[in-house]
Amino acid sequence: MSQPLKREQHLDLYYYMQLNRRLEERMVRLFRQNKIVGGLYSSLGQEAVSVGTCFALEKRDWIAPMIRNIGALLVKGVPPRDIFTQHMAKYTSPTKGKDGTSHFGDLKVRHIVSPISMLGDLIPVMTGVAMAGRYLGQNIVALTWIGDGGSSTGAFHEGLGLAAAQKAPFVLIVENNQWAYSTPVSRQVPVKNLADRAVAYGIASTIVDGNDVVAVYHATKDAVTECRAGRGPHLIEVKTMRMRGHAQHDPAEYVPKEMFEYWKTRDPIALYEKYLTENKIWDESTKAEIDARIERELDVEQKFAEDSPMPPPEFAEVGVYCDSGCHTIEADWKRAKAEVMPPRSSFDPGWKMQDLGALGEIPTAKEVAAEGGNGVRSNSAQARSTLGLPPQSFVNAPPPQRQPSPVAAQTEVTEPAEPRIPFGRGPKDKAFRESPDNPQNKSYGRSGAQGKTFRKGAPEKTFNKSGQNKSFSKNPADKNFSKGPQDKSGRR
Amino acid sequence: MATTAIPKPGAITMVEAIRQAMIEEMERDASVVAIGEDIGVYGGAFKVTDGLLATFGRERVIETPIAETAIIGAACGMSFLGLRPVCEMQFIDFIACCFNQVTNFVAKSHYLWDAPVPIVIRGPSGGGVHGGPFHSANPEMYFVHTPGLKVIYPSTPSDAKGLLKSAIRDNNPVLFFEHKYLYRRLKEEMPEGDYTVPIGKAAVRRPGKDLTIISYAAMAHTAVEAAEELAKEGIDAEVIDLRTLLPLDKETILASVKKTNKLLIVHEDTRTGGIAGEIAAVVCENAFEDLDGPIERVTALDTPVPYSPPLEEHFLPNTAKVVAAARKLAKY
Repeated sequence: MSQPLKREQHLDLYYYMQLNRRLEERMVRLFRQNKIVGGLYSSLGQEAVSVGTCFALEKRDWIAPMIRNIGALLVKGVPPRDIFTQHMAKYTSPTKGKDGTSHFGDLKVRHIVSPISMLGDLIPVMTGVAMAGRYLGQNIVALTWIGDGGSSTGAFHEGLGLAAAQKAPFVLIVENNQWAYSTPVSRQVPVKNLADRAVAYGIASTIVDGNDVVAVYHATKDAVTECRAGRGPHLIEVKTMRMRGHAQHDPAEYVPKEMFEYWKTRDPIALYEKYLTENKIWDESTKAEIDARIERELDVEQKFAEDSPMPPPEFAEVGVYCDSGCHTIEADWKRAKAEVMPPRSSFDPGWKMQDLGALGEIPTAKEVAAEGGNGVRSNSAQARSTLGLPPQSFVNAPPPQRQPSPVAAQTEVTEPAEPRIPFGRGPKDKAFRESPDNPQNKSYGRSGAQGKTFRKGAPEKTFNKSGQNKSFSKNPADKNFSKGPQDKSGRR
Repeated sequence: MATTAIPKPGAITMVEAIRQAMIEEMERDASVVAIGEDIGVYGGAFKVTDGLLATFGRERVIETPIAETAIIGAACGMSFLGLRPVCEMQFIDFIACCFNQVTNFVAKSHYLWDAPVPIVIRGPSGGGVHGGPFHSANPEMYFVHTPGLKVIYPSTPSDAKGLLKSAIRDNNPVLFFEHKYLYRRLKEEMPEGDYTVPIGKAAVRRPGKDLTIISYAAMAHTAVEAAEELAKEGIDAEVIDLRTLLPLDKETILASVKKTNKLLIVHEDTRTGGIAGEIAAVVCENAFEDLDGPIERVTALDTPVPYSPPLEEHFLPNTAKVVAAARKLAKY
């Protein structure tokens, strides 16, 4: 468990959550005044998720927020004017009017990757960010959010699969706000907890009350610490509730009234105010002070946005390509480049196998879950129980017969057995390389005389009748063909 | 212990040329990494990355699960930190699996939020090897139609090497199509030293005065062959090899059309929506008065690439089809 928060940190959490809410309230008013160009998505009721998670990160860490993570942008230091101007399509916005909502980023200073509307795609991208950070020795963690809805995408699976395989320092916040547009989570995902899915990727997971900002903070902080220590990705499911429709146009009449009423009693800001009061972290005057400061700041920021110009039409033509010297791309190396350059990077590659892949005793699903998948620790107590037991017949079935073999005792196999000669096919097939049997030595040139030729005319027949295939079929003595020269050159 | 050894000089195949380009760029710049399926121990399905793992290690030669979206997404994320990943699609047909990442994330980042994505996506493409409908495609036009990308499709080993080096050094996402029919069927000596071929510049493969044949990739060779045939009949055709499809070298195209006044476009891609249509529009907009005949095109049929050799041969353009179209055009 991470260090308890200090008073200033507690107050910061309140400031950012309240700033998030007040900012969005103002944007609703701007929307109704037709000052917001496109859609407006509310994170009402989810402020603790954005703020609590992002607050657990260091300045050097990277985030990629979704549309309901305005609070995370604020914690990262994005001024509210950027959010106002983005929604109002102003020339002063971070994208200068080219995109709206929270679709903007900041590579250099705040380390924010812009989302796109297609869900799930940030997961592989942030996996790449995490991998690059590790490669450059930056010791960063990459964090992004996904909704319950977006957790059904292929990109979610592909990205998390790669992150797990690479043990990337990547934290995924699965923001279960109960609704994917109009579809309840139960109709999308037939598991009780979205965190249950972490088991299948062999990564650690946590479930946390998304309306408890302190719990969210500590859960994220712990995950980030684990990640930074090189223990691989971490999935955190936060249970919360989307208190508005998908966007402003959607009255969310499909949500049962009781559900809204229940979650209203669990409003994250109200809960946190009570927590601060009960723990004597603040008093009424502190709250009033912070609230007044927020309004003062937002007045200035909103005015800036409203007074800002729209982009000039011709600006639409600018910036498709990075060709005009607009960027100098340079990685920030925190380790010696020599470590990843030959000769230090060179080695004798080959797969080290853990076992021979034989079917061992099948652990029960309960045991798998208890281990947290691939032997990875899981904080998800609920995840363990929800998987349940497999059908009795399956459990009682005798384990498949193992072949008693001395080979099975081997735990490590290194391939290939013969030494590798990089950048050449090795001395063994030099003779073949130079022989007329090698199809590469056949001339496909238009005259056959010039080497530098240009022709696609060689009929397939010639290829099929090449010496390569002949020697394969007519040379039964060459049983060890997998090591023979024919195989090595028998490339497509 | 493994060390880098550049193969001895001499004529090399396109596979070897591409491999050399990757090795040289990875040696030159530690921010260049390779990512893809089976590119390490195995050396790639076509052995383009053979030996890279031994030299540069697992951190720089990243073997991934079968997950094209993850490959492109991760490469995109890496590029945000200043790396220059070279992604391999095992067959370029599988780029369809990550179409969203390429067209929505990678292609739009610089325009929308000022984030350059200096990645290369390369892979074997094209037919003529009886690979069937999912291993023979020419999907270049999906990407030529996507602002923000660059699309390269070389026809010779030296161009492949020089253009791949340019692509790796480019600050934009570049799609690099490698025609698998050409991988090992022709050899060429590489120019000396660290040379590059500029992106966006076509090559005149054969000068001529009677008509212009524009093509690229494997069909550039077919076009040259056809021009040789036509020369026997007294028709002097100029052959242009586009090399880069996006951005299109309009200058070279228009200069040639203004000289020969007749245009034939040949491509292995299917007909409807192929680049021939775009070139025809460019020529009509800029050199209509210079034309002495209709713009002709010889392309593959508007069907998937069929598997059986007689079907595929019928599907693909060939020298005879190009010669026939050129003869017809020459009569104007």
